[in-house]
Amino acid sequence: MIFDYTVVWDSLPLYMSGLLITLKLLAISLVLGLIIAVPLAFMRVSKRAAVNLPAWLYTYVIRGTPGLVQLFLIYYGLAQFDAVRDSWLWPWLSSATFCACLAFAVNTSAYTAEILAGSLRSTPHGEIEAAKAMGMSRFLMYRRIVLPSAVRRALPQYSNEVIMMLQTTSLASIVTLVDITGAARTVNSQFYLPFEAYITAGVFYLALTFILVRLFKRAERRWLAYLAPRNG
Amino acid sequence: MLNGYGANIVDGAWLTLQLALISMALACVLGLAGAAFRLSPVRWLAWLGDLYSTVIRGIPDLVLILLIFYGGQDLLNRLAPMVGYEDYIDVNPFAAGIFTLGFIFGAYLSETFRGAFIGIPKGQAEAGMAYGMSSRQVFFRILVPQMIRLAIPGFTNNWLVLTKATALISVVGLQDMMFKAKQAADATREPFTFYLAVAALYLILTSVSLLVLRLAERRYSVGVKVAEL
Amino acid sequence: MFKLEVQDLHKRYGDHEVIKGVSLAAKAGDVISIIGSSGSGKSTLLRCINLLEQPHAGKIVLNGEELKLSPTKGGALKAADARQLQRMRSRLAMVFQHFNLWSHMTVMQNIIEAPVHVLGVSKDEAIARAERYLDKVGVSHRKHAYPAHMSGGEQQRVAIARALAMEPEVMLFDEPTSALDPELVGEVLKVMQDLAQEGRTMVVVTHEMGFAREVSNQVIFLHQGRIEEVGNPREVLANPRSERLKQFLSGSLK
Repeated sequence: MIFDYTVVWDSLPLYMSGLLITLKLLAISLVLGLIIAVPLAFMRVSKRAAVNLPAWLYTYVIRGTPGLVQLFLIYYGLAQFDAVRDSWLWPWLSSATFCACLAFAVNTSAYTAEILAGSLRSTPHGEIEAAKAMGMSRFLMYRRIVLPSAVRRALPQYSNEVIMMLQTTSLASIVTLVDITGAARTVNSQFYLPFEAYITAGVFYLALTFILVRLFKRAERRWLAYLAPRNG
Repeated sequence: MLNGYGANIVDGAWLTLQLALISMALACVLGLAGAAFRLSPVRWLAWLGDLYSTVIRGIPDLVLILLIFYGGQDLLNRLAPMVGYEDYIDVNPFAAGIFTLGFIFGAYLSETFRGAFIGIPKGQAEAGMAYGMSSRQVFFRILVPQMIRLAIPGFTNNWLVLTKATALISVVGLQDMMFKAKQAADATREPFTFYLAVAALYLILTSVSLLVLRLAERRYSVGVKVAEL
Repeated sequence: MFKLEVQDLHKRYGDHEVIKGVSLAAKAGDVISIIGSSGSGKSTLLRCINLLEQPHAGKIVLNGEELKLSPTKGGALKAADARQLQRMRSRLAMVFQHFNLWSHMTVMQNIIEAPVHVLGVSKDEAIARAERYLDKVGVSHRKHAYPAHMSGGEQQRVAIARALAMEPEVMLFDEPTSALDPELVGEVLKVMQDLAQEGRTMVVVTHEMGFAREVSNQVIFLHQGRIEEVGNPREVLANPRSERLKQFLSGSLK
């Protein structure tokens, strides 16, 4: 029993195009997710129940159900309704790429919102008081003081979320997309070489994970330097 | 209920729950072993434990499931003839699911358990030794009870992620609630209804888990001072 | 005969020798105070006596029984016989600077834990002992509380009751008042003074010069891992001969 390198080598172009799709899915869903997450996070720290509760329900339901079910609800589920099929949105909603991006964005937005909200809640009280004492408006205070400091403190947890999202993008292969996992499934079904096919995919993901971890470590060193213990 | 598919889906939900519980039990065993390896003063054992944790945590669950299911099937069928078994072996998706999820979440739990052991102040074990306890006694009577308390938040989190990951096993043919919902959706052309039902069942499962584990946390936190804000 | 004898103890961390040949001996009823500035090795010395730290050379004798030691790969000494070490440790009860009460157990559970599971005392007997010693240290009203819910002074008195419940030959105190707020130091010192008057054998690492002078009958001044002066506290502390002790006392006696 030997590892068939030639099959792996010959399939490399397929894996590389899969890599591009994985990265595209990851980037789009992260950006979209972040855009949804910021207002949600502010809603989650509000003291008013009418504001807080809807956001809580959203994050609770999304975080309490599997990403695969969310993806199936959007990709297969929405087609059940004539109204959706007849609407101007249908060209998008019938596209696997669009549905995958949407599902992943919704998924990550819930986790990201909770991470940000936790970080917002832990803003030192004195910093807020100082901003108020300087005569800052509420909006200015949030934009200049609270959010920048909260985002920095959320960085370590957010890097975890990004890595979880990288893994979540593999679900796209179940709805016909040929990302890295999709490439591996194609190779396996062509050659019946599961070890070669999936171990290659695993190596790709491991490499991506290591690169992401590195990038975030660098970002943390840069943006969180003020929290690190001083040397000497 | 649900065009007569309700009972089917509830059957599937029961299978999902069994899969989750048995995989978690296996994951705990592997997680404790992994944590013990990683905390071991023996260099290569610690390295092995780190390797297990890093590699598994860096690869998507779906890829590992496909690898272990198809790869495992391939391996068994290549090995079986060597011991004189010639029939084709079909791997049972339930067993494969338990093995795969247990193996994956063992890696995650090894991180949780390792952190919990490290989190116990050194003086706790020292006091045990100073009073003449054997290392077994120190481990089981002092470290483990305190480790459990520190590990509950991470344990809860991993249990929730594992519960949700069971949905992936339907991809390799396990007739869990996800699989049954797909069958019902295909037959009735009402996918939204059935996937929504599955989502609701998962939500119930995760909510009940949260409730139970929060009670457990309170039970194990007696003797902990809650910081007053 | 001596209750506890330590002979020519050496200990180093890497190349840095922190204890350079220290000996001490306690007869029944002796109270030995070990004083010295931080970094003098006094806590390390105490922790070597029950092998929480591994010494590199030396001899430890409890009630005439020598602790059997064997060298490790790194050159330190470990107990040759784990059973013997456990037995000797159970007769050398230690009180820690940070109390080290087991946080998942109540006061009562903390006290009966080792008597029941190490000494094999019956649970009823252990509880009776616990009641008696809790009463002695004045915290019997907190017996069902958890350590985290008590003040430092109460915790340390419970820790002393936990040590007493072992009915040990010698009690080791590792800076028992250093982690306490100043107003709580007195209650712990009072308990220790009572124990000394009962004739218990104690080795105490301390910063409390008052305790060293009034309660102990021998004081050891440790400096850079060596015994600089030793003797009757009233003489040694009143008329220090070495420059170092003079300096040390002028720094700590204000």
